[in-house]
Amino acid sequence: MTRPTADIRPTSEPPLPPSRPLAHFFTRPQVIALAAVLLVNWILFPGFFTVTWQDGRFFGSLIDVLNRGAPVAILAIGMTMVIATKGVDLSVGAVMAISGAVAAVMVTSGYPAWLAVLAAVGAGLVCGLWNGILVTVLEIQPIIATLVLMVAGRGLAQLITEGYIVTFSDPVLIFIGTGSFLGFPMPVVIAAVLMVLATLIVRRTALGLLIEAVGVNRSAARFAGLSANALLLIVYTFAGFCAAIAGLIVAGDIRGADANNAGLWLELDAILAVVIGGTSLMGGRFSIPMAVLGAMIIQAMNTGILISGFSPQFNLVVKSAVIIVILILQSPLSAQLVRRRPFTGTPK
Amino acid sequence: MNRSLRPLLATALIFLFAYLLAVLQHPSMFSTRVLGNFLTDNAFLGIAAVGMTFVILSGGIDLSVGAVIGFTTVLIAVLIMWWQLHPLVAFAIALTVAALFGAIMGAAIHYLKVPSFIVTLAGMFLARGGASVLSPDSIGIQHDFYTAVSKSYILLPGGGRLTVVGMIMLAVFAVAIILAHRTRFGSNVYAIGGSETSAALMGVPVARTTIGIYALSGFLAGLAGVVFSLYTSAGYSLNALGVELDAIAAVVIGGTLLTGGYGFVAGTFIGVMLQGLVQTYIVFDGTLSSWWTKIVVGVLLFMFIVLQRLVFRAGPRRT
Repeated sequence: MTRPTADIRPTSEPPLPPSRPLAHFFTRPQVIALAAVLLVNWILFPGFFTVTWQDGRFFGSLIDVLNRGAPVAILAIGMTMVIATKGVDLSVGAVMAISGAVAAVMVTSGYPAWLAVLAAVGAGLVCGLWNGILVTVLEIQPIIATLVLMVAGRGLAQLITEGYIVTFSDPVLIFIGTGSFLGFPMPVVIAAVLMVLATLIVRRTALGLLIEAVGVNRSAARFAGLSANALLLIVYTFAGFCAAIAGLIVAGDIRGADANNAGLWLELDAILAVVIGGTSLMGGRFSIPMAVLGAMIIQAMNTGILISGFSPQFNLVVKSAVIIVILILQSPLSAQLVRRRPFTGTPK
Repeated sequence: MNRSLRPLLATALIFLFAYLLAVLQHPSMFSTRVLGNFLTDNAFLGIAAVGMTFVILSGGIDLSVGAVIGFTTVLIAVLIMWWQLHPLVAFAIALTVAALFGAIMGAAIHYLKVPSFIVTLAGMFLARGGASVLSPDSIGIQHDFYTAVSKSYILLPGGGRLTVVGMIMLAVFAVAIILAHRTRFGSNVYAIGGSETSAALMGVPVARTTIGIYALSGFLAGLAGVVFSLYTSAGYSLNALGVELDAIAAVVIGGTLLTGGYGFVAGTFIGVMLQGLVQTYIVFDGTLSSWWTKIVVGVLLFMFIVLQRLVFRAGPRRT
């Protein structure tokens, strides 16, 4: 069937921003924020940028920031997609505990490591799929749907480990948490690969556009012929996958699965990272690399607080201050006050 | 009967059925002692859940509840032990601070037009962080007032004790039921939960009500902190970790719709009691481990969400 089509793009809006990727990148507020935090760290601790080569791998505070920030960065990759669909996944911390528990129990009961890793990732996929089914088939609000698994998930993880902290000495699992590849810590390598792959898949295909469409208006997307439910299932399953990977890293790092504390409150850090990265909680436009950058900003602040001698609890106060500043910057109120701000301008 | 009462009835029936099953297995659970302990042990959760009920009725969510409880316990401990204030003065200060904290969050939610989820998340970080900045260590409270309170109770027939803490919770529920169902503030909360735009068009003072709701939630979280402080005689910044989740679970199990606009405060009471029952049953059984509590509460949460979907899908469609 052919129909005359008209170009309905409004002419008042420029079709695309001018593509000056590098200059554009360095004027992003997130990049400036990260640079500022790193600068403060450098002033507090002059050796901050020193990176040394020892035993075939890099050492230094900067590498440490990357390494410690990797689990949250990986969670943030999955979380970005979920938040872009106007959802949220509160269960990722609990899923981390489950995947760590599965891997640890499998290797301690004699299964080969590759099977344990597969099973842990499988557990994460199942958890994500469960969330997705609650959100799509039962049409439950995402916060609540994932709350079920957030509450029950730690219980399940403890059920798997039977209440103990299961320690292991399997070289493969430990390598995932503490090994190194080309001099970089393994968690950093995994996070980077995941980020690049996810960004490529989302941006080189129509997937990213479709996710944004669902996030902006789910019914409209469905009427436009998108299978919104299938997309949501994929997105939540992917978030579960990311959580499983992060859980493996954390378990490998401490050489054990701690069902109570693995990934505790990390879901909130991941959400914060995504919000810092400029993805709106109301769905729509999203950026995976910016969310990863957000995770790095959080970790750089944590490290800065630690090396400046404040107690680690001080982190929470700083974090809340950051959220408050971002909220004020992103609110319609300040957008009205400062009309010309380029980055808060998300017109409705 | 009125179909809107069905979820409440379902919750009540499930509680009675579960209690009956528990009593059949452990006859000693049927005593006023156990019931009295239900009230005492879950008092702080119940009080916090009342505040959460109002927030959820208005279509929002308050993640800062647990952190505010923790902060209040530390503040009270600091005021009593370091500043030598009388506990009642300390309570008044702590309640004022908690209510103001909630009011500020409410104002931020209304005027900055950001989701309540992210504002209260910031509030949670701030309260937890503030508490650990006040004192990173646990502070024990020794005061005659505390000993007097912990020794005063009403003896129920059968040897059960209705403690002061339990009575505070019952009083809070009684006042909250009147506030929700018999006052203008209550109907404004329901109106905002139904649809904020319609409520504003009908002349509901949205700004004042939103700030009031979060101030109330903050105040009740503060009161829960007072109760927690009386219950444990200590202040610690990590007290009541994750209570916000238990409170949300209690509200949902109690039949309140998470999209707002529908629910009963009385349902929340049953939701809290049901969680208490699960914990007590696990203690009585002895062979089950404590993590079963989390799993059972998660399963209950899931059941009630599905139940709500079914009941409201069968009803007349709104869209």
